[in-house]
Amino acid sequence: MRRGSIALAAATVATGPARAAETDVPPWMLEQGTPVDELPYGSPSPFEKSVVRRPHETLPFPTSASVLTPLQDLEGIITPNGLHYIRSHAGTPAIDPAQHRLLVHGMVDRPLSFGMDDLARFPSISRLHFLECSGNTSFYKASLIKPNWNVQDTHGLLSCAEWTGVRLADVLAEVGVKPGVKWILAEGADAAAMTRSVPIEKAQDDAILAYAQNGERLRPEQGYPLRLFLPGYEGNINIKWLRRLKLGDQPFETREETSKYTDLLTDGIARQFNFVMEVKSVITRPSPGRGPAQPGFCEVTGLAWSGNGRITRVEVSTDGGAKWGNASLQEPILSKCLTRFRLPWTWNGGPATLKSRATDETGMVQPTRESQLAERGPNFYYHYNAIHTWQIAPGGEVKLAV
Amino acid sequence: MRYSVALLLGFGLMTSAAAADPPHQGFGRPATPQEIAAADIDVRADGAGLPPGNGSVAQGEALFASTCAACHGERGQKPIIPALRLTGGRGTLATPNAVQTVGSYWPYATTLFDYIRRAMPFPAPQSLSPDQVYAVTAYVLRLNDIVPDGTVLDADSLPKIRMPNRDGFVDSYKPGH
Ligand code: HEC
Repeated sequence: MRRGSIALAAATVATGPARAAETDVPPWMLEQGTPVDELPYGSPSPFEKSVVRRPHETLPFPTSASVLTPLQDLEGIITPNGLHYIRSHAGTPAIDPAQHRLLVHGMVDRPLSFGMDDLARFPSISRLHFLECSGNTSFYKASLIKPNWNVQDTHGLLSCAEWTGVRLADVLAEVGVKPGVKWILAEGADAAAMTRSVPIEKAQDDAILAYAQNGERLRPEQGYPLRLFLPGYEGNINIKWLRRLKLGDQPFETREETSKYTDLLTDGIARQFNFVMEVKSVITRPSPGRGPAQPGFCEVTGLAWSGNGRITRVEVSTDGGAKWGNASLQEPILSKCLTRFRLPWTWNGGPATLKSRATDETGMVQPTRESQLAERGPNFYYHYNAIHTWQIAPGGEVKLAV
Repeated sequence: MRYSVALLLGFGLMTSAAAADPPHQGFGRPATPQEIAAADIDVRADGAGLPPGNGSVAQGEALFASTCAACHGERGQKPIIPALRLTGGRGTLATPNAVQTVGSYWPYATTLFDYIRRAMPFPAPQSLSPDQVYAVTAYVLRLNDIVPDGTVLDADSLPKIRMPNRDGFVDSYKPGH
């Protein structure tokens, strides 16, 4: 009998689809697995190969583009490094850290050049924070929304990691900030030489020069070997491959803070230097593309975050917003970090309309889509944070509702 | 600089001078004027950072045709994707389908110089000389009817150009956020 099973196991491995009877010993119990030193840097199970980043659609310029995090397949609050969303404007440069330097100059007492070893000598800190592209969930124009989108499409320019590095404030003290400094130009070492102006108050407050992400060195696409990290601020200003900081008394009016990353209102006037990603949430399960919902017990879970601080409350509605119930918040609940929420729910099999509504410690509450559109109009592109809706049809299919 | 103070206390070196003037650690090395000059490529709205040199609309027209038009379209018309549109859109910002371009939206002409110098042409960034950047900047402004034919741009004239949407932005930064 046992020999027969071994033969069957071998056949299964060789041919694949053949299925062992439920009573058989599973084939992976009948032989040694792969050697522990086979993969010096591990990777997910081959059965998880669908859990990957992907773009919305084919990319005309694949180096100036983004790929989205598969939020529907992730648990807890941490994004694995290989799944952190990417938005770059000129691809990922291949930087040798031994040759990479950070120049800090402008209105300073001592212009200095730091190698990675020099920066490593400053006291280090680690902080868990979300990072969100301000173009995430750009739902202002209905024509730009596709009805078959899942949560990866709608909210996947969002990730969360533990960032380790040194305080920018400590590096600024090292160069000596001259009186009158108001803005710092941050520049990347990519082929876009990406530049943004950072307000001095933020630089002195919680800004990090990050060299590590979830315990390992930054991934190349996240700015290896050094990135600026400004907790709660829109993704673009967290300059990757940071090579230069120039202190000045006015904003530098770069292309990314004039032509792009500005929000045009209905009267033709645009908001500039709109940095903070405000309170927002989304249900990640049930959500589209995960097979039909099953009647009976059905946990509703998702993520909430705010660039202004901690999440204090997440309410969930299953009837389109008529009644709301408080979801439980999973510890840790950290400032400017994803917070996981959960609500036990029993689905009766009828049509249901799921929404989540987050509140942060400053008292800000997510607006409805209608009120956000009324306030901002169709040309506002970035910083959308309205309440999001999924619809469950009687057969259990979950779809985007706008 | 909590850590510095603690460090100094540890060595018994704390002085009133150190408390008034935050001490530094001597990390990094002084940046030389040459390396600063090589890296310092940004151009501010008031023109600070513009290099010597100049370029004309006519020179820019030839350069644009050979180096930019493949993506941004001949004479800036019909770019290969709508996002690469560099012209038009004037008068649309307060309509439901605003078209935001250099001509209709950008508040400063200096930003055009800064951006082309650092990031364009897309396949070969930082390959243009200052004269070439002045020239192609002049041409893109000409395509948008912001400067007349015959314009020659340099560090003096470029910052004086007033863009049509110069007053179209409100600063929404709130210190402390
Ligand atoms: C191979 C295609 C290609 C070529 C050639 C090219 N560009 Fe671009 N250009 C792009 C892309 C792609 C972007 C958008 C980049 C981004 O946002 O990440 C862009 C953006 C721009 C922008 C900013 C537009 C805006 O509204 O923000 C300007 C200005 C520009 N290019 C000028 C030029 C000039 C001048 C040249 C020639 C010297 C040039 N480009 C050559 C592809 C190209």
